[in-house]
Amino acid sequence: MAEKKKEINPKKTPMPEQEPLVRIENFNEVALGYSVKNAIAEAERCLSCKKAPCVGGCPVEVDIPAFIQFVKEGDFLKAVKKIKEKNILPAICGRVCPQEDQCEKYCTLGKKYEPIAIGRLERFVADFEREKGLVEGFEVPKPNGKKVAVIGSGPSGLTVAGDLVKLGYDITIFEALHKPGGVLVYGIPEFRLPKKVVQAEIEFLQKMGVKIQTDVVVGKTVTIDELLNQEYQAVFIGIGAGLPLFMGIEGENLNGVYSANEFLTRVNLMKAYLFPEYDTPIKRGEKVAVVGGGNVALDSARTALRLGAKKVYLVYRRSEKEMPCRHEEFEHAKEEGVEFIFLTLPKRILSRGNGWVGAIECIKMILGEPDETGRRRPVPVSGSEFILDVDVVVVAIGTRANPLLPSTTPGLRLNEKGYIKINEIGRTSKKGVFAGGDIVTGSATVISAMGAGRTAARAIDEYLSK
Amino acid sequence: MFEILKKEELAPEIYLIEVKAEEVAKKALPGQFVIIRVDEVGERIPLTIVDFKSQNKSITLVFQAVGKTTKKLASLKVGDKIVDLVGPLGKPTEIKKYGKVICVAGGIGAAPIFPIARELKRAKNYVITILGARSKELLILEGNLLAVSHELHITTDDGSKGRHGLVTDALKELIKENKVDLVIAIGPAIMMKFVSEVTKPEKIKTIVSLNPIMVDGTGMCGACRVEVGEKTKFCCVDGPDFDGHLVDWNLLLSRQKVYLEEEKIALESLSEKAS
Ligand SMILES: Cc1cc2nc3c(=O)[nH]c(=O)nc-3n(C[C@H](O)[C@H](O)[C@H](O)COP(=O)(O)OP(=O)(O)OC[C@H]3O[C@@H](n4cnc5c(N)ncnc54)[C@H](O)[C@@H]3O)c2cc1C
Ligand SMILES: Cc1cc2nc3c(=O)[nH]c(=O)nc-3n(C[C@H](O)[C@H](O)[C@H](O)COP(=O)(O)OP(=O)(O)OC[C@H]3O[C@@H](n4cnc5c(N)ncnc54)[C@H](O)[C@@H]3O)c2cc1C
Ligand code: SF4
Ligand code: SF4
Ligand code: FES
Repeated sequence: MAEKKKEINPKKTPMPEQEPLVRIENFNEVALGYSVKNAIAEAERCLSCKKAPCVGGCPVEVDIPAFIQFVKEGDFLKAVKKIKEKNILPAICGRVCPQEDQCEKYCTLGKKYEPIAIGRLERFVADFEREKGLVEGFEVPKPNGKKVAVIGSGPSGLTVAGDLVKLGYDITIFEALHKPGGVLVYGIPEFRLPKKVVQAEIEFLQKMGVKIQTDVVVGKTVTIDELLNQEYQAVFIGIGAGLPLFMGIEGENLNGVYSANEFLTRVNLMKAYLFPEYDTPIKRGEKVAVVGGGNVALDSARTALRLGAKKVYLVYRRSEKEMPCRHEEFEHAKEEGVEFIFLTLPKRILSRGNGWVGAIECIKMILGEPDETGRRRPVPVSGSEFILDVDVVVVAIGTRANPLLPSTTPGLRLNEKGYIKINEIGRTSKKGVFAGGDIVTGSATVISAMGAGRTAARAIDEYLSK
Repeated sequence: MFEILKKEELAPEIYLIEVKAEEVAKKALPGQFVIIRVDEVGERIPLTIVDFKSQNKSITLVFQAVGKTTKKLASLKVGDKIVDLVGPLGKPTEIKKYGKVICVAGGIGAAPIFPIARELKRAKNYVITILGARSKELLILEGNLLAVSHELHITTDDGSKGRHGLVTDALKELIKENKVDLVIAIGPAIMMKFVSEVTKPEKIKTIVSLNPIMVDGTGMCGACRVEVGEKTKFCCVDGPDFDGHLVDWNLLLSRQKVYLEEEKIALESLSEKAS
């Protein structure tokens, strides 16, 4: 047969995964990662578009065609270097970015076929570099003698630190918890983002000279004004939106009712899934209800399964279409046996009689007129109440700004919801103080927090170069 | 890492340690607490800051070895280090001139009440302290409290020292004899509950220091939820001091027991390791 123009595989190269029934018995990563062969096959689907629209979909504008070109050529190290020009945490973003709403959404190939699996390729090259021990440092210029304090070690803070250390600044990150990483370590579970991956990225920054002081709650241990008066010329605030919301319904303070933050922190940060080898306990429910529909709710539901629950219900007040989670996670959760109860709102939590949760009473909803977010507003159907027997409830309906730091920082302007106000380059109303990430936008994504960090780093450099 | 500079056994299973923690020592005020983690697999637990010395950059903690974490802590020696210590957390106790104040300390509560009594006396209050314990051996910091109080009354449940009875018995009498402007009670939840029940009909303002289970101590997790005046509060940031007359005591008592079974398992795993 004569050589024809190469056929494009209409489907993404599948991701090797742990089988659902196997993986719900462990906390190991679900997606196992591409092999070299998988990666090259997937890269070869890329059309190397001239005006690559995918790039515009990435909040930090990774040069996607260029890095994929290197993958095609089998030069994975050059590929990861290319990505790192824009994104210092590729092993993390490749795993957790909502690609279907970002880079992959705009992929030319996606008009006809499945788009290129950009995230999987990004993850592959970053893992390749790390697992082979080939991570190279960058050259740190001579110290410029200026010190910047970064508050919070989530993706926004890590990005500011990485960008500024590259320019010769002396950087110290202050973190309230005992481990750096923010939501990457306390929120997103091990089976989606192994902690050793996060650890490696943080160690890399430390090798480049970034100092990290854990166990420092800024606003308590030290204030922003003290940091500015002591030795720091500028401060970046990247403290996330860590205050958990509750529903405000009857029974919410019963034993066995957790905020998603507490549930996930106990399991991820404190390693309660390894209790009693690790000291921190968690209640392992037989029947668990998780309330909410985002990534946080799915992470909680899948965590509950892995802790041994026989039944996990995910109770969401809108329908499947409105779920604000990554599509891949939804599919994974379905495969694992999470039972989705859509268009349903919890009304109250009932006690078993001894201070413990015994059931949750819910009411059915229908979708009415669109609300201010453009999604149709759910309205309760009277008389449709029903009861689910459960022994653990996890409330994952969102978070707000924690007032602890803002309330101790005079001169820092907030919006009406308590988030920090900034201008387009990341400056707050207080001189020398910048901010970005979830504490500005409300709960968003890892990559948008990193994008905000990058913008702020540029502004800090400009401010201190004057 | 935070080095233990001093260690003393105040009573059976009750220890005082001084830990080097420069930043915390500089900032601490009476009523605040720290969260510590003893080792790399350790749980985060809150302990009240009993004293703070900026000269030797240290804070004093007093704890009762009741479970895995506190027993591990009790096994450490001078020169050993704990991996994490963060603070000072929580709102400090409001110190001002109230007039006549009764400080009620039950058991280990003697430790956290000490700096509060001291500051209240400095703020020109007349300070009456009631120190109670199950029996004589469990009375701690008697000398310290005597030094910072105008009057010190001792009660023991078994009558082995001081007045035979509960702190509330002494409190009832003192309220009868004195015009009291404020009561501050620190101790087991059940004791604080009964103290609040004594003072409520008398309309004497009563401050208690609540001790729910905590994780982060910064308002991030909500583990420490308590109900005060029918509103849910996060004890670690909104407290730990609250108006005792408004606290839902049964909820606090119930929530302190969430991990009873697990605490037993944890303790067994500790003794297995030891043997
Ligand atoms: C369970 C869960 C799953 C998620 N899944 C995804 C996903 O799949 N994909 C995705 O893109 N995004 C996901 N997100 C969202 C994403 O993780 C966040 O948007 C992102 O981490 C925000 O980064 P940040 O730098 O603003 O803050 P954070 O990551 O929140 O970090 C803030 C850090 O600041 C510290 N801090 C707070 N206050 C103080 C203080 N006063 N002093 C010192 N330190 C302080 C905190 O302890 C924390 O470590 C998820 C979030 C959660 C909770
Ligand atoms: C703000 C605050 C300040 C505190 N200050 C002190 C202090 O200065 N000294 C001190 O000894 N303790 C103090 N506590 C209590 C202390 O945190 C607990 O004793 C400790 O967590 C027990 O840990 P463990 O692993 O040793 O015991 P666990 O195995 O967790 O518990 C053993 C026993 O202690 C009880 N217990 C567990 N947690 C608490 C709690 N939060 N309050 C009361 N009882 C509890 C359990 O019901 C059980 O009977 C404070 C608590 C709070 C919230
Ligand atoms: S960082 Fe995220 S959005 Fe950007 S290219 Fe990578 S996976 Fe896509
Ligand atoms: S749009 Fe799609 S096909 Fe085109 S360069 Fe980007 S990834 Fe490749
Ligand atoms: S301990 Fe987590 S919010 Fe108080």
